Amino acid sequence: MPVWVLSAVGLAAAWFPAFVRVAPNRLLTGEALSPHAWLLTGGWLLIVACSFVTAPAGRWVLALLAWTGVAGFPLLAGADARDVLAHATPFTRVQPGAGFWLGWLAAALLLLDRLRGMRKPWQAGAWIAALAAIVAASALGAFDGLSLVREWQAQRAPFSAALGEHLRLAAVTLVLALAFGAPLGWWVWRTGRANGALVGTLAFLQTVPSLALFALLIAPFAWLAHAWPALGALGFGGTGGAPAVFALLLYALLPVVRYTVAGLDAVPADAREAARGLGMSRAQLLWSVQLPLGWPVLLAGLRIVAVQTIGLAAVAALIGAGGLGRFVFLGIGQGAMDMVLLGTLAIIALALVVDLLFQGLLALTERRA
Amino acid sequence: MKAAVSLGLLVALLVALPYSAAWFHAWQPEVSHPLYSRHSFVALTLSHVGLVVAATSVAVAVGLGLGIVATRPAGRSLLPTVRAVAVIGQTVPPVAVLAIAVPLLGFGAAPTLLALALYGVLPVLGQTVAGLDQVPKPVLHAADGMGYGRWRRLLDVELPLAAGPIMTGVRLSAIVSVGTATIGSAVGATTLGSPIVEGLVGNNAAYVVQGALLVGALALTIDAALAAVERRIRRGRS
Repeated sequence: MPVWVLSAVGLAAAWFPAFVRVAPNRLLTGEALSPHAWLLTGGWLLIVACSFVTAPAGRWVLALLAWTGVAGFPLLAGADARDVLAHATPFTRVQPGAGFWLGWLAAALLLLDRLRGMRKPWQAGAWIAALAAIVAASALGAFDGLSLVREWQAQRAPFSAALGEHLRLAAVTLVLALAFGAPLGWWVWRTGRANGALVGTLAFLQTVPSLALFALLIAPFAWLAHAWPALGALGFGGTGGAPAVFALLLYALLPVVRYTVAGLDAVPADAREAARGLGMSRAQLLWSVQLPLGWPVLLAGLRIVAVQTIGLAAVAALIGAGGLGRFVFLGIGQGAMDMVLLGTLAIIALALVVDLLFQGLLALTERRA
Repeated sequence: MKAAVSLGLLVALLVALPYSAAWFHAWQPEVSHPLYSRHSFVALTLSHVGLVVAATSVAVAVGLGLGIVATRPAGRSLLPTVRAVAVIGQTVPPVAVLAIAVPLLGFGAAPTLLALALYGVLPVLGQTVAGLDQVPKPVLHAADGMGYGRWRRLLDVELPLAAGPIMTGVRLSAIVSVGTATIGSAVGATTLGSPIVEGLVGNNAAYVVQGALLVGALALTIDAALAAVERRIRRGRS
């Protein structure tokens, strides 16, 4: 069933206008080009045919075909770009189109589905191999013709700076959220105020749209910087990093507080009783019983906060905090879609990588426990 | 109660803001136009609400449909794929979906609508699957034993029992939509984000505050109203 649905998506994508788009320069929308429609149709039909083979070999062939799709789609687009650019002006841009993205997504989901029954090392191996193939191809210059890569090459320094700013915003927020949120969560747990004013206020803040919260902080922060010039000298002002981190922190506190409470609740009462019976002080109890036992739950909360913060930090670019969001909004302003896509894909990739990192960390802690 | 208070706040703001030029002028004397006037605040609010309602309706229809299909016996094998899409989709920030929609549809309300609808599907889908999955097996068997057909069992038993979680999904979807529609003004949609973005670009703090106050009140109203519906559904069930 998933094979048929995904193949249908893949087939539709194969005939979708634009596997790649060829534009005369980076500001214009390109002309649609679908040079591989028949090849892709054949591939997807082969996949459908394989799904009717009941022998175990059919399963392996299917997985292999899906893997080929995951690794092959970018190579196809890269080759197209090289072909087009071989006889075109140097300003010509070849962008991957909707047909490319949709087909690639279908292939990736198919691979995910086919790998599900297999053992973990096989699963990880297949993804790492696909990633390695793409990285190796890009090292050999297979994607150099694609507009995304050319945009990145043209803006390498600002891109690295934006990536650094984005990571710094997220990291500072995460550290502050843990520093303030965990003690607050402990206090909420001890006093049983899970439905109290503090949690209520934080929940209320979650519903305020991010752009509105960022914008509302400008005036008070500008006033603070004005009233205390020492703060202003530290780079504290109405726009920039300070209000951005403050707003991101306000959004991050609720999940940290909630997951801290959940983590403390996850410690069995017996364990607490036993620790107290051993004569542990409250600090000892917290440090050597509650923290180790509740840590996995808190870590799960931090994972959510990290992913959410990376996404919200993109909006902070609108109040001058920099980060990858600047590429997105600057690109939208200039009508340079390659720039928008570069920023967007970097944000998505960053969120996915951080998510995977936290998942790995979580798996490690759970194994140790 | 909460819904009535926030709705009252929103209405009060809509009524009072057009007469607040003097007050904003006193606060920001250097700004020549202290009051956002390109569109009336009521028109901005209506257009914002319209976008959110349209997008959430599409999201509910698609999310509910996919969630039902993925929990039927014939569609069970789709469930892991649907879950994977929902989990990966949640890591993608709404701004990114908005930005991707622009190259596809150009500027204006269309990319915002597409982004809101696409992103809004995820919470509805996730909560529909969770809600339908937690309907107790004995209840399903009882319905089968009473001779309920597949459709009647779905409509009379499963969906009413899953209505609470599904409503949670609808509320999450609508709240994310209100926030993303605000950012949508950066790609040319006319929403309550327009005064904020124009104020940020033109260094006009008065516009920023006007837009932010209204959109904050609107978000609270929608959240509180949907939360009240959700509470009523959950209470009616137990």
